[in-house]
Amino acid sequence: MTKTVPDVICPFCGTLCDDLEVVVSDDGKEILEVYNACAIGAEKFLHSQAKDRITRPRMRQEDESWKEISYDEAIEYTAQMLAEAKKPLMYGWSSTNCEAQAVGSELGELVGAVMDNTATVCHGTSLIAVQDIGIPSCTLGEVKNRADRILFWGCNPAHAHPRHMSRYSLFPRGFFTGKGHTGRKMIVIDPRPTDTARVADIHLQVEQGRDYELLSALRMAFRGEQLPDVVAGIPKEQINAAAETLKSGRFAIIFFGMGVTQSLGKNHNIDIAIAVTRDLNEYTKAAIMPMRGHYNVTGSGQVWGWQFGFPFAVDLSRGFARYNPGETTSNDLLRRDEVDAVFVLGSDPGAHFPFSSVKKIYNLPSVVIDPHETPTTEVCKVHVPVAFVGVEVGGCAYRMDNVPIETRKVVEPPEGMMTDEEFLKRVLTRVREIKGV
Amino acid sequence: MAEYLIKNGFVFDPVLGIKGDKADIAIKDGKIVETSAIKDPKVIDATGKTVMAGGVDIHAHVAGPKVNVGRNFRPEDKLFGYKAKSGIERMQGGFSVPTTIRTGYNYARMGYTTVMEAAMPPLYARHTHEEIRDTPIIDQGAYPVFGNNWFVLEYLKNHEIENTAAYIAWLLRATKGYAVKVVNPGGTEAWAWGLNCENVHDPVPYFDITPAQIVKGLIEANEYLGLPHSMHMHANNLGNPGNYTTTLDTFRLSEGIKPNSKFGRDQVMHHTHVQFHSYGGDSWANVDSRTKEIMDYVNSHENITIDMGQVTLDETTTMTADGPFEHHLTELNHLKWANTDVELETGSGVVPYVYSPNIKVCAIQWAIGLELALLAKDSMRVYLTTDHPNAGPFIRYPRIMKWLMSREAREQQFDAFKHRDKVIDATNLAGIDRELDLYEIAQMTRAGPAKSLGLAHMYGGLAPGLEADVAVFDFNPNEPYAPDDIENAFSSVRYLFKTGVQVINDHEIVSNGNKRTLWVNAKVNENPQVMRDVKEKFLRYYTVSLNNYEVSGHYLPNPYVIEVDATG
Repeated sequence: MTKTVPDVICPFCGTLCDDLEVVVSDDGKEILEVYNACAIGAEKFLHSQAKDRITRPRMRQEDESWKEISYDEAIEYTAQMLAEAKKPLMYGWSSTNCEAQAVGSELGELVGAVMDNTATVCHGTSLIAVQDIGIPSCTLGEVKNRADRILFWGCNPAHAHPRHMSRYSLFPRGFFTGKGHTGRKMIVIDPRPTDTARVADIHLQVEQGRDYELLSALRMAFRGEQLPDVVAGIPKEQINAAAETLKSGRFAIIFFGMGVTQSLGKNHNIDIAIAVTRDLNEYTKAAIMPMRGHYNVTGSGQVWGWQFGFPFAVDLSRGFARYNPGETTSNDLLRRDEVDAVFVLGSDPGAHFPFSSVKKIYNLPSVVIDPHETPTTEVCKVHVPVAFVGVEVGGCAYRMDNVPIETRKVVEPPEGMMTDEEFLKRVLTRVREIKGV
Repeated sequence: MAEYLIKNGFVFDPVLGIKGDKADIAIKDGKIVETSAIKDPKVIDATGKTVMAGGVDIHAHVAGPKVNVGRNFRPEDKLFGYKAKSGIERMQGGFSVPTTIRTGYNYARMGYTTVMEAAMPPLYARHTHEEIRDTPIIDQGAYPVFGNNWFVLEYLKNHEIENTAAYIAWLLRATKGYAVKVVNPGGTEAWAWGLNCENVHDPVPYFDITPAQIVKGLIEANEYLGLPHSMHMHANNLGNPGNYTTTLDTFRLSEGIKPNSKFGRDQVMHHTHVQFHSYGGDSWANVDSRTKEIMDYVNSHENITIDMGQVTLDETTTMTADGPFEHHLTELNHLKWANTDVELETGSGVVPYVYSPNIKVCAIQWAIGLELALLAKDSMRVYLTTDHPNAGPFIRYPRIMKWLMSREAREQQFDAFKHRDKVIDATNLAGIDRELDLYEIAQMTRAGPAKSLGLAHMYGGLAPGLEADVAVFDFNPNEPYAPDDIENAFSSVRYLFKTGVQVINDHEIVSNGNKRTLWVNAKVNENPQVMRDVKEKFLRYYTVSLNNYEVSGHYLPNPYVIEVDATG
């Protein structure tokens, strides 16, 4: 017989669906089926079952081959590397639980690390904008229950957050939105004709890199000001119509993605997007929310917020927390040769950092903690596989609206496999011994 | 555990009725004991020093999502407010919104040992508990918010007290919360549409209920359950000129209701940060103090307690579940504004604020807060707070003590105001000669809040059997002292014990203690209707599943569960 684990949380993206059902074998060791997940989420569970999965740490040899080592050896290498480094970079933290993040923070504090998460290549610009202007927001349930105007800006949830529209934004019937999608109007602003744009009522195909101009034009349109004939490739009639649609709603929500956070203008795009939302609050109720990517990048920003006071790019090397994006962010540090060791956990800078940064990682002492083989594992000196958070170990994760949900363990990890948190605790203990504190 | 004997200190303890007499305090097994019960104690010489129980803060915003919004969106708050890692102390940062670690240390340095987080959105309870876990030394509990909760609105529309009580018991258990908090009842629900309820009779949009019904119903449900703390109130119309009438209307909702609790409290309503609710006038141009009207009511009604919400004239960060008020504030000062409306439950806002002595209104607010304490006839029912960080950071509590204990200090502050004479005309403070003594300060910061919280069996005093939370200050009440000596002494405790463990020695933190999380587990009769309603709302309107809502035990590494039996 099999058993079904209900109400499982999907540890893939910031949508953090919590209604999955996972069918496991009677001995609790094998995942057989995953229901209610999108294709990506289902695969997240099923591929933890891969037979060729790496289950023990390995160290790069001089001839570039891998040699399997014990966890004890991996702990020793990691602890020595961090204890000896003057300014190690500890990067990632987005695909692990808050419990591991908290231990990692204490370890980073002890070794004087720079702590950074994937916001640095994702929504870090949103965090900077929030520091300038604040952010009128809400939980996803307010969207479901009240929102009748949905705007997706520079994001494609049909592909990247596949259940977002069905669970929270466009299709659900909420308390005040009993008609579901027929009671809503959806606007997509994107240079591309995406699958999300195909279901939109209005698709504004903004010219690449001109989001700032279009956002500014919307603010003018809200106030009934005169617009140029065309802004960012959009005729003023369409801009005015979109503005009127937003103003005439009872609750408008703007979701934005990396199309605005990482294109020309960066945090200034987000700054003015938030200003659009603030202005809309003069006419109706409006909120804005970033479409966070990793399932717990939000959580890492929260943990560092309460422990150090900053959400990413936290420099602990002087014994207290400093924050200055551009100075304390990972790529800037790497390219200026300011760090002397690299520790990666719960992300893949090998795939997402500029190649010039990846080359720096390759030349430094480095450790990657990841259950997968990734481009990052190929450039690091030691690779430590760990149990999958959200599959083989539970722990807290934060949704894109900052709501904390505790992920569930559904199967046992391979025998003898450590969790992120266990590994970090062992490294912390060992660093304390080395440093004599 | 170690035994301690704190010898020859001047003790101020309302529980024992000691008003500065020399006495010895003995500690054993985490409790205060008779001096005859200890055998071989370590002796702490408190000669010439003041000894009090550890302080109890009934209302602060120190843990949870809006506090963290404040931290993350205010990097500038850390610019001059950091402390490097040193010895046993971890890194610390922040002035008005300190990191969790700094929060625990700063309270301990002031001799405080118990702090209550005043507004926990239930959906974010896990976050609040993660922060509480990472806050060293102090015991903490959190108040889930109920005043805009859809279950409460629907049950109280028809005055269904038993159903409301069953729901409260369920939610306290699910969130591991301590008490029933009510913030801008109905108004924060209206704010989800950009609206508000500005007085107690304003209907809540779509829910066919008024704030008056919500408040009265929650008081009755709280007394039906007999929870340790009363309903904890933040009334409608906060911060607006002329709002004192709303406050008095809110107070009147508690008339005739007697406390039904085995925990020793006398009040059925605790109204918080009353300074923000004591304004006359009809615009900021003519706002004035109505503390005489407010305190006439409080002094004559024993079933109400209040706390001050004292303005400390700092740059700080306002944050509250009163979403419409925070939006109002950003329109007033045009500083950055964060807002989060929480599905089915509540909302919140965060806005930085500068209380400048050069702005007349801020000076009037300062005077109003002090008037509340100085006009109180019973200091066991009026408590010292800043509504941290809303009216100022909690690290200013010793300065507030100075202002309350010294007319000279108040006059110095008046003289520093740009609009001194207008402030004096708009307030009563200049005409109040009263200077509180340390016994009254102990009532307002120790015994009083502990009693109001229903924790008088644990905290707030130095009687045998209570928790050994003891603070020793470098302050000799029998020697001449300047006002600043009060602030200096009470800002830095000489010795501090938390549950019998010494955490501060000679002003240095020597232990992170063994902090506990306080929560209330209320047992009620089975209520199938409420459980059916809960299941249905989670299925249809929440975006988390019911089974993923409850905070599991591992978020509270060291829980202290207070059991309440309301069956029958």
